[in-house]
Amino acid sequence: MTSNPTLTTQPILQARNLVKRYGHVTALAGADLTLYPGEVLAVIGDNGAGKSSLIKALSGALIPDEGEIQVDGATQKFRSPLDARSAGIETVYQHLALAPARDIAANLFLGREIRKPGPLGWGLRLLDHKKMRSETARIMGDLGLLTIQNIGQAVETLSGGQRQGVAVARAAAFGSRVIIMDEPTAALGVKESGKVLDLIAGIRDRGIPVILISHDMPHVFEVADRIHVQRLGRRIACVQKTDITMNDAVSLMTGAQTPPAGHDPEALPARLAVR
Amino acid sequence: MKSVSATPGSPAPVKNAEAPAQRRVGERLDDQPPVPLLGKIQRQLHAHPLLGPTAVLILACVVFTAMVGPRFIDPLNVSLILQQVQIIGMVGIAQTLIILTAGIDLSVAAVMVFTTVISGKLAAEAGLPAVVALVIALATGAACGFLNGILVTRFRVPPFISTLGTLSIFTALNLLASGSQTIKANVLPDLLLWPGETFRVLGAPVTYGSILVLLSFVAVAFILKRTAWGEHIYAVGDNAEGARLSGIRTTRVLLSVYVVAGIICAIAGWLLIGRVGSVSPFSGEGVNLASITAVVIGGTSLFGGRGNVLGTLLGALIIGVFSNGLTLAGVDVLWQVFTTGVLVIVAVGLDQWTRKVAG
Repeated sequence: MTSNPTLTTQPILQARNLVKRYGHVTALAGADLTLYPGEVLAVIGDNGAGKSSLIKALSGALIPDEGEIQVDGATQKFRSPLDARSAGIETVYQHLALAPARDIAANLFLGREIRKPGPLGWGLRLLDHKKMRSETARIMGDLGLLTIQNIGQAVETLSGGQRQGVAVARAAAFGSRVIIMDEPTAALGVKESGKVLDLIAGIRDRGIPVILISHDMPHVFEVADRIHVQRLGRRIACVQKTDITMNDAVSLMTGAQTPPAGHDPEALPARLAVR
Repeated sequence: MKSVSATPGSPAPVKNAEAPAQRRVGERLDDQPPVPLLGKIQRQLHAHPLLGPTAVLILACVVFTAMVGPRFIDPLNVSLILQQVQIIGMVGIAQTLIILTAGIDLSVAAVMVFTTVISGKLAAEAGLPAVVALVIALATGAACGFLNGILVTRFRVPPFISTLGTLSIFTALNLLASGSQTIKANVLPDLLLWPGETFRVLGAPVTYGSILVLLSFVAVAFILKRTAWGEHIYAVGDNAEGARLSGIRTTRVLLSVYVVAGIICAIAGWLLIGRVGSVSPFSGEGVNLASITAVVIGGTSLFGGRGNVLGTLLGALIIGVFSNGLTLAGVDVLWQVFTTGVLVIVAVGLDQWTRKVAG
């Protein structure tokens, strides 16, 4: 890593040879993944290619049978989503993992509520609602999501895009190292999708790398730096966005085409390498 | 966001023809355009779930006062209603906690009666100090709740089935332990009978038990609203998988709720001894379903995640007011049962309807 100046960037998140079997079904068959700081890595693949399993393994929702996950070069064994979160990996799940009847502030701090200072907080576990509300307003404001008027509004009364906004804000507020987003635009209209893509770019610009799982090729090509193609439980290619067309990406995904000879799935994202 | 752009943004000529259909397909009910009266009511009920039960309670009080005259709101009668609903109220607190997690507990009354037999036997026959007997009764309640909780979390038996099973088990244990015998007041220590003791307010006797129930409601309401534990109960009931993915230890939360519910049932058992003035393995009849009724009438959703323990207090009072008022008015007892049934169905129907605000 000292010999070549362009390779000084170490992966922030790396998965090696992940295997997960459910009885006779192999969801992950030796999957790899490499994520560099500051990039948006899109993960694409057909249904059943193991995208979800890969993401669950990285976010601690699934414990792989074999393989290794490294965060900043240190091997991690995630036993639960809590472990991944404390390693700085936040996930926006496709079904958002929100509590619909609770308000925005409660959802933003779900599972890591701010307690009152002193014995009231650690002894009686009293919550500091006031602080959570003001923090929520600040976080939503930072992300340009303050079109949502009322922090005390129940999440179920928001539109699909606004709900996505809440989930993204939660990840952005706590994800110190990596943010994973599973199909964030799948349930949204054109306008709201655009807003979510802006959010992704905004998070990347703040220096936090994003893994984006998506079926939507135009969205992938709009924000991604590199495209990780998952097929039959493993990574069959990881290419620079600039090196591939949408049609080729789909062909790779479906197996109609094989990856170009000599391509390096671990190559630095072009946008960052030339820096 | 979307709705704003959808209505004024669409091309002018076809706007009138397309707008309504467009909105029905794509939109949820969170848009700004004028809401019809019914929709306004629906939204208010959604935002303020205590509105419905409060209105029913006030209306019932007014109607019964008009029907039977001032003796209905006489302090003596109010105190009587409080005494009549204290058991349902206390068990209702336990039931609310369980139902908020999207569960149900059919064993609450059985746990309550079982713990009265434990404390009664230990104090009256084994000669243990009353305090020790009471503490063991509370621990028994906790153990019963723990069994329910383990069945639900570890063995993944649906709450309805687990507690249906433990209902039989606890009832059998209760009859075995008591030998189907009643323990009379004269052999029971004062401490166990204390919740039935009275002091005077406005010339009317008020039992310590009814005060204990009211305080418990306030305490649990505070805990649910202000503590991490309360927040997690709501989250687990609202979206269990989402709560788990958000890092909440859902099985731990569920287990703790069942244990706490068991302890509250044991406290209800203590009130029961005070109310009945003896320990009988056959007391507490009807409390099981009445507790669920109180929770439901109080606006807590059987689907979990929404509701409030203060609603259950209102629900229990509504049951008490109806039964007391109808009795004073000389109406056949069967009509009380009938009315309760109607109230439950209306309450659940209302809940289904208001939840549609979410779309």
